[in-house]
Amino acid sequence: MTSPLEQKKIKIAGPSVVTANRTWDGIVVYRTAAKGWSAELSEAAIVRNSDEARALLAESIADDVGAIGPYIAPVQIGEDGKILPGNLREQIRRTGVTIGQPAQV
Amino acid sequence: MYAYDEIDRTLVNERVSEFRDQVKRRLSGELTEDEFKILRLQNGVYLQLHAYMFRVAIPYGTLATNQLRALAHVARKYDRGYGHFTTRQNIQFNWIKLAELPDALEDLAKVGIHAMQTSGNNMRNVTSDQWAGVAPGEIEDPRIWSELIRQHTTLHPEFSFLPRKFKIAITASDHDRAAIKIHDIGLRLIKNEKGETGFEVLVGGGLGRTPFIAKTIKHFVHGRDILSYIEAILRVYNQYGRRDNIYKARIKILVHELGIEKFSREVEDEWRQIRNSSLEIDDEVIEDIRSRFTYPSYEKLPHMPDELRQAAADPDFEAWRKNSVAPHKVQGYSIVTISLKPTGGPPGDATAEQMDALADLADKYSFGEIRVGHEQNLALPHVAKRDLPALWKALDKLGLATPNVNLITDIIACPGLDYCSLANARSIPIAQELTRRFANHELANLIGRLHINISGCINACGHHHVGHIGILGVEKNGEEVYQITIGGRADENAALGTLIGPGVKFDEVADVVEDIVEAYLALRERPEELFMDTVKRLGVEPFKERVYATR
Amino acid sequence: MPLVNGGKIVDDSFVKLAVDTPLPERGDILVPAERFLGEAEGLLQRAGRVGVIWPNNRDIAELVPYLGRIAAVALVFPTFRDGRAYSQARLLRERYNYRGELRATGQVLRDQFVFMLRAGFDAFEVKKQADAEAFMQTARRYSVFYQPTGDGRITALHRRMQLRHSEGVGT
Ligand code: HEM
Ligand code: SF4
Repeated sequence: MTSPLEQKKIKIAGPSVVTANRTWDGIVVYRTAAKGWSAELSEAAIVRNSDEARALLAESIADDVGAIGPYIAPVQIGEDGKILPGNLREQIRRTGVTIGQPAQV
Repeated sequence: MYAYDEIDRTLVNERVSEFRDQVKRRLSGELTEDEFKILRLQNGVYLQLHAYMFRVAIPYGTLATNQLRALAHVARKYDRGYGHFTTRQNIQFNWIKLAELPDALEDLAKVGIHAMQTSGNNMRNVTSDQWAGVAPGEIEDPRIWSELIRQHTTLHPEFSFLPRKFKIAITASDHDRAAIKIHDIGLRLIKNEKGETGFEVLVGGGLGRTPFIAKTIKHFVHGRDILSYIEAILRVYNQYGRRDNIYKARIKILVHELGIEKFSREVEDEWRQIRNSSLEIDDEVIEDIRSRFTYPSYEKLPHMPDELRQAAADPDFEAWRKNSVAPHKVQGYSIVTISLKPTGGPPGDATAEQMDALADLADKYSFGEIRVGHEQNLALPHVAKRDLPALWKALDKLGLATPNVNLITDIIACPGLDYCSLANARSIPIAQELTRRFANHELANLIGRLHINISGCINACGHHHVGHIGILGVEKNGEEVYQITIGGRADENAALGTLIGPGVKFDEVADVVEDIVEAYLALRERPEELFMDTVKRLGVEPFKERVYATR
Repeated sequence: MPLVNGGKIVDDSFVKLAVDTPLPERGDILVPAERFLGEAEGLLQRAGRVGVIWPNNRDIAELVPYLGRIAAVALVFPTFRDGRAYSQARLLRERYNYRGELRATGQVLRDQFVFMLRAGFDAFEVKKQADAEAFMQTARRYSVFYQPTGDGRITALHRRMQLRHSEGVGT
């Protein structure tokens, strides 16, 4: 399989992070500046241009035992500096399903 | 009920131990994700948005109560307390941890349940009519043959790496509840002039990006030849099916590109050479499988017991009975469909508590047997009519007696953007909103039979193409947009729906469906004319006008 | 890349030739299909055994006239997912009665061994050393088989019939 790095030219429109799912349990994680993974979006490393994005993605892909399916996802930076998901999909990945889970309703 | 013997159990256990080893190698880094992916898929493990998803097979939709309890146990111990019944007689758990999966599989194996080939490019769970063995007028129990084919397709040494997934469904009734025409192979069990069992074989059905209704490839294949005939189809497909483009890899595309005549000649040539081989089935083999299906010892019961007569005075009971209770082949018994479509709930979900309680009810009222159908509902297949009122009360307490089976709120929906990593748009909240809009059962009854199907992307897991009203979520400029089709159907007269016009926004979908329904109520000639018949008679134009006149 | 044959890691006596590699004087050679078909007679008359590397998108029936005279057929798995060579293998063994070495090449990992053995392969160019070493253990992983293939393993259905008869069930 071609790696996502070769598959497409990496172009980012604004601040972005690398996100993936942790290998052993599958939960949503974000790549941190300390070359690790965190379940907290607030701890994600922010990239602002294609070169940074490519580098962060490359190191994330290399950590295949840590997390799977890494990709670049847009974020928004709030006025208070808070990192927010950049689209509905990422919003749902961060906060969970929008429907209430049966066992909880 | 089919009882696994030692041989079946051994295989399932061997599979679990193999997967345990594969997971171990994955977690240690010995296997890369790229290498592991196909292995996990062969065991029903997907990656969704939030977590891994685990899909478990319920072959031909038959479950024993200890098996349903085991599913409840997995939901509780390894997941978040619920499971999702799909359109192909599977159940999915949405929050499973990879590291714990081998344990979950082992717990399931103890009751003869497995997840082999519930995803990946192999032969998937063989599905059948959820009323198999109990439907009046059925030619014979199609599950005997489903089980034969299930065994034959499990860990097949030649066809475990096909161009794409491969789904087989079998029905033995005139009314097709197994949706065989949207399967890669559809089998309709029939008898020849001599009274021998065989199959009409259909091939090349499927939905997804390029939907096709299956075509008949052979009008009669004798039961003894069915494995060799299927094998011939698969061999042609394995060699010539496209592997260059994932969207063109299903057998439907091969059938379409070659044409059914050429394709059937290829199959015929292959079949001639393998027909008289060890694939030929002796009657004795069929009898052996048949002997391991047990059937209840039904009592001799009256057609109309007093209990039922008395309960008929209760309009709530009657509303439920009319929609949920179907005739059984044995007098005094009925088939009870359990709606998993409560108002405001996600279609097809059941909690561990509901599963456990339902298992108890099945023990008490249905000879310990539960069925799973492609409409994402469950059924109790052998309920004595005198027990119906008591069963209804118990189901109602569990939230499992919504009287909407086959009505507009009995919606089929895929997980969509709430769970699925391939989704473009949400499906479940659309379904939830629609069930609230049409929560009034009198209104729903007035509308009559109407199936709504919702998919969150073109892969069509919610079968939107064959919904009487089909709703497909797409993405446009970062927004969820929904395309609406009408006039599809999934039964023996299967047809694909027609698009009524430009897509509409998330918030508008329920309004549009209301408009379509109002148009139908105004246009139908008489109350018995069902929605799909009105669409057939008038075409999409009047509906289109109604929907877009004000938009 | 280790070669497993007869269940053990062995030295590979065959040298793989490309379309244009000069023909070695002696020794066993594996030749691409096209080249083999082009110069079959010459190749088969030289000293040393000849095998053919057969791509998975070419009709295996073309090879039938030569099957009695070649020592090996190497079938190709370009990716783990591409299962065409399983069909070719079964056709060679079961329809054309080929008895020589049948070798799996390409993306060959331990998780396919059982499938490959059942389809008729007896030699494996295994990608990873650890997989090659685990060959016997992996090959024994399963004891139950549902499908009859040319490998002669007894199927579950037949085992049941035997049990039935020995227990006198049905009498
Ligand atoms: C979130 C996990 C899921 C993923 C990733 C997924 C993926 C897919 C894909 C890619 C296809 C298209 C295959 C093709 O046409 O080649 C497909 C088809 C299908 N899916 Fe799913 N699916 C998921 C969940 C479900 C669920 C929950 C159901 C049932 C409610 C379902 C039922 C089906 C059915 C019946 C088809 C066949 C449609 C056809 O014949 O083309 N899937 N799925
Ligand atoms: S139709 Fe699309 S969104 Fe829905 S489950 Fe299938 S792949 Fe996911």
